[in-house]
Amino acid sequence: MLIPAAYALLKIGRVVWMPVDGSLHGPAADRLMWWNLVALCAIAVAGHLWLAFAMLRRKPAKRSVPAMARWVLLAGFCGMYAWMALTAQNLWAETRYEGPLQTAMHVEVVGVQFQWYFRYPGPDATYGVTRPRLVNAAAGNPLGIDPRDANGRDDVVSSVLVLPAGREVELRLRSLDVMHGFFIPGMRLKEDAIPGMTLHVHFTPEKVGTYPILCSQVCGLGHDRMQARLMVVSPADYAAWIAGRERAREAEE
Amino acid sequence: MPATFTRNPVDVERNDTGIGGKPPYDRRPTGGGGDGENWENHPQGRGGPRELLIRYRLGLMFALSGDLMFFVALVSAFFVRQSTGHFDVYNHYTTDWRSLAVPPILWLNTAVLLLSSVTMEIARRQLFHEIDVMEEWLGLGRPAVKRAAPWLIATLGLGLTFLVGQWVAWEQLVQQGYLLSAPNPSSNFFYLITGIHGLHLVVGVLALMAALMGLFTLKKVEFRQIAVDSVAWYWHTMGIFWAFLFVLLVFFQ
Amino acid sequence: MRRALGKVFTTDHRRLGVMYLLLALAAVAVGTTLSLLMRFHRVWPNAVIPGFGVMKPEDYLALVTMHGTLMVFFVLTVAPQSGFANLVLPGQIGARGMAFPKINATSFWLTLVSFLVLISAAHLTAGGAPISGWTSYPPLSALPAAGPGQGLGMDLWLVSIGIFCVAAWLSALNMLATIVGKRRAGMTWARLPMTVWSWLVASVLTLLAFVVLLAAVGMLFSDRHFGTNFFIPMGDMINGQVVGHGNGSPMLWLQLFWFFGHPEVYIAVLPGMGLATSLFANFSRRRVAGYKMMAGMLVAIGLLGLLVWGHHMFVSGINPYAGTAFAAVTMAIAVPSTAEVIGWLATLWGGGLRLRTPMLFALGFLSFFIAGGLTGPILAQPSLDVYLHNTFFVVAHFHLIMAMAGVFGVFAGVYYWFPLMTGRLMNETLGKVHFWVSLIAAYGTFLPMHFAGLAGEPRHYDRLTGPAMNFTALLPLERGITYSALLLAAAQGIFLWNVFVSARRGRVAGVNPWESTTLEWENGEVPSLIERGPYEYELPQGEGGYHPQWESPVKQE
Repeated sequence: MLIPAAYALLKIGRVVWMPVDGSLHGPAADRLMWWNLVALCAIAVAGHLWLAFAMLRRKPAKRSVPAMARWVLLAGFCGMYAWMALTAQNLWAETRYEGPLQTAMHVEVVGVQFQWYFRYPGPDATYGVTRPRLVNAAAGNPLGIDPRDANGRDDVVSSVLVLPAGREVELRLRSLDVMHGFFIPGMRLKEDAIPGMTLHVHFTPEKVGTYPILCSQVCGLGHDRMQARLMVVSPADYAAWIAGRERAREAEE
Repeated sequence: MPATFTRNPVDVERNDTGIGGKPPYDRRPTGGGGDGENWENHPQGRGGPRELLIRYRLGLMFALSGDLMFFVALVSAFFVRQSTGHFDVYNHYTTDWRSLAVPPILWLNTAVLLLSSVTMEIARRQLFHEIDVMEEWLGLGRPAVKRAAPWLIATLGLGLTFLVGQWVAWEQLVQQGYLLSAPNPSSNFFYLITGIHGLHLVVGVLALMAALMGLFTLKKVEFRQIAVDSVAWYWHTMGIFWAFLFVLLVFFQ
Repeated sequence: MRRALGKVFTTDHRRLGVMYLLLALAAVAVGTTLSLLMRFHRVWPNAVIPGFGVMKPEDYLALVTMHGTLMVFFVLTVAPQSGFANLVLPGQIGARGMAFPKINATSFWLTLVSFLVLISAAHLTAGGAPISGWTSYPPLSALPAAGPGQGLGMDLWLVSIGIFCVAAWLSALNMLATIVGKRRAGMTWARLPMTVWSWLVASVLTLLAFVVLLAAVGMLFSDRHFGTNFFIPMGDMINGQVVGHGNGSPMLWLQLFWFFGHPEVYIAVLPGMGLATSLFANFSRRRVAGYKMMAGMLVAIGLLGLLVWGHHMFVSGINPYAGTAFAAVTMAIAVPSTAEVIGWLATLWGGGLRLRTPMLFALGFLSFFIAGGLTGPILAQPSLDVYLHNTFFVVAHFHLIMAMAGVFGVFAGVYYWFPLMTGRLMNETLGKVHFWVSLIAAYGTFLPMHFAGLAGEPRHYDRLTGPAMNFTALLPLERGITYSALLLAAAQGIFLWNVFVSARRGRVAGVNPWESTTLEWENGEVPSLIERGPYEYELPQGEGGYHPQWESPVKQE
């Protein structure tokens, strides 16, 4: 039964695995994934060996498996599950129980059928007010930022997420229409963007590079094309980029 | 012999010979006849009418526990919805849940429904009154039917009064501007909950009419008992459900 | 004419069981065809498919929705729970019939109506089938403007599911009243066959879960047509139109839906577990290792199954502490599941198995239960689920544990109980070929999907190339999956052939062809008192010695 799988793996020449990780918390998650997969694969193989042995054994055994052995085995599994739950819980608590650092930069992620928008709060570090009625992508205001609100004047809206390497970032996720799933495989990060709610996640990109951003929650007929890019750049490049965007925005006005 | 209502109904319940798994009460080694385990003498063939009654009660109990879960779902949705809100244009978290003053006629309706439960119970007990039932069983007359019918008709009247009262309550709310489609979730839920419960009562009224007809058309006293008994338990359950829903709507707005 | 009508509108539970199975067969045929179209499109996205033309993204999503709905509701709920239970449950507890035969028949006809409404959603409406998946998350499912198929197609979907919920509720209360109230004297809880235990637990779950879905479906319908705002949030806009004027919460739907959706998974797989236990005992001629523990663990799985719905929402903005709690309960459900597997393996350990076709399929069930179940603890860990959620890893997981294990359980049941339906046995050679080809093809289809998931490919993607991410490295893998799926579907041709030929010309089964001990195989009069346990096999004492439940202990002395 494992033959076709092995064949498929041989045929593609290399095992398909998770994409290269670029985040701070990623290596720990990857290690956890690796150990989990190894342990559970080993158990699956052991279970099937047992099964094969039972199927091939022609002459019936005199004695059955004592009840004690079954309970001991079950206790062993309980221990393993508890260990898995605890190690995973540590990581979950590390990434989700606490908010971001004071020094974290803030970016807002907004999902619209079928496009991701990223809003930087600008020098005043405050997002401007948005109103659904003002949304007009064709007129350059895809998020409906209210022009009368001073906080919104310096907001920069981009369709590419550009982040400096090594600095924690706090994302605030929103959706204007239906549920979307904000997924950066290279950052081991996923959180849904739910209309009517504002969800927060934070992470630290470490490695410079370009990472795809996907939509992981079916959102309509353009679901599979709802993709964007995360560009992790050096802090200097980031400063230059955001300054450029600010100038471009001012020039527009 | 049909089931009757005697001084100690518990014994009659236990006397059932049909429920699976257990020996007949009077043939259990610990009680009844006292001449040891005598399962073999258990009568063959269809269980008695008491078994049929118990079966209908059992089925009704399962049906109503599913129904209870249905209302639990609605009520938990009510509480979840009550606690959700959104960020308004000034970034304040606000809720649009505006408590709705329940029309006073609801108190009257509640009293009517509870009263109808009392009349229903009186009608039900008439059909289990030992002497009358024996008389009917022997074909000497129909005293139980004669006694039960007025109470059933009274229940029917009270049930219809309740439904009309609910309708009046809706009319009053509509006049106050609380529509089903109002942007106020409290209003949405009021109509949803009272509407669903009203639908259940419509079913109850139809069942009551059927039972009333059955009282005069069904040939066997056992089936007359079953018809009235099932409707009665359904009716009581709807009364209890309403009591809880009423408390929810009045005090947990 | 009247007799023909009488045959169709029957209240006989055995006939109804067969009708349920035929309904499931029709649904699985449609569902499989849809999945093959999906697989084909993923590998050759620009190919012209007869009847379809070049598949558009909305077509693909409609296929996904219909495939999921058909398979989950009309195959995995209908066949093992309603089909087989109607066929043998009254027999197994020594009852003459179901507690409420008319309610039972009503339930079947409602299920059929629900099926027809669902099919009409796909074929008769202008926009086609809904595209929001079988989970139908609002606001996508709440707003007709959100996509093609979200208009009338979605309405019909909701109506169909609503009817199905009512049918499931009726069926469950009938089943429970039967199991609790109609057991023969002496058929105590400790003498119930494991299948009855599994139907009991699954019926309780059905009773509690489907009504919650009914409430949710009703509220969504009200949002769509009566202007309420249960699920549509404030300021929600579609196509530049602001449509949300109250603040409903899509999360409310997620909570209600998954409170139904997770127990539903257990409703699908529990009957298979009960049947596998019975078959392992029967074909190894050995008592079930730890009968009471096995029954207790089934109940434990059912109870815990009601408490784990939150693990579908780890990344949907639930409180991280709630995430921890749901992760812990989810991990806890692995314990009774492991206990079941250990019990099965302990029963089988002694060897000397009679490897007849039903047994092979039960063993296949066990294999899928292990392989698919073990990825459960991975997905139960929120920190790993953050990466794997909604990727093909999840698709692989639930197809192995729910779909393949469930379907192999159904196959085991069909091969095992075929004599009760037709009086004949199915062909063993064809059965064995069917088993091995299906097993290999099923693994070939679903094992590689784990790797697509690890590579990060999300569900509901209709092609491998996107503006930012390219999964073209997966193409050989995807091709392999598609070929395997084709093989898997083709293997079912052997099964159909076997069913039709054996029903007419198969070997006559005779009384109790598998030398079983449970009551449905008793041909004559079931005694008025049951005095034996369900699995009194005695292999070591003499080849194949056994004591059926209809025997009294005295006769054997």
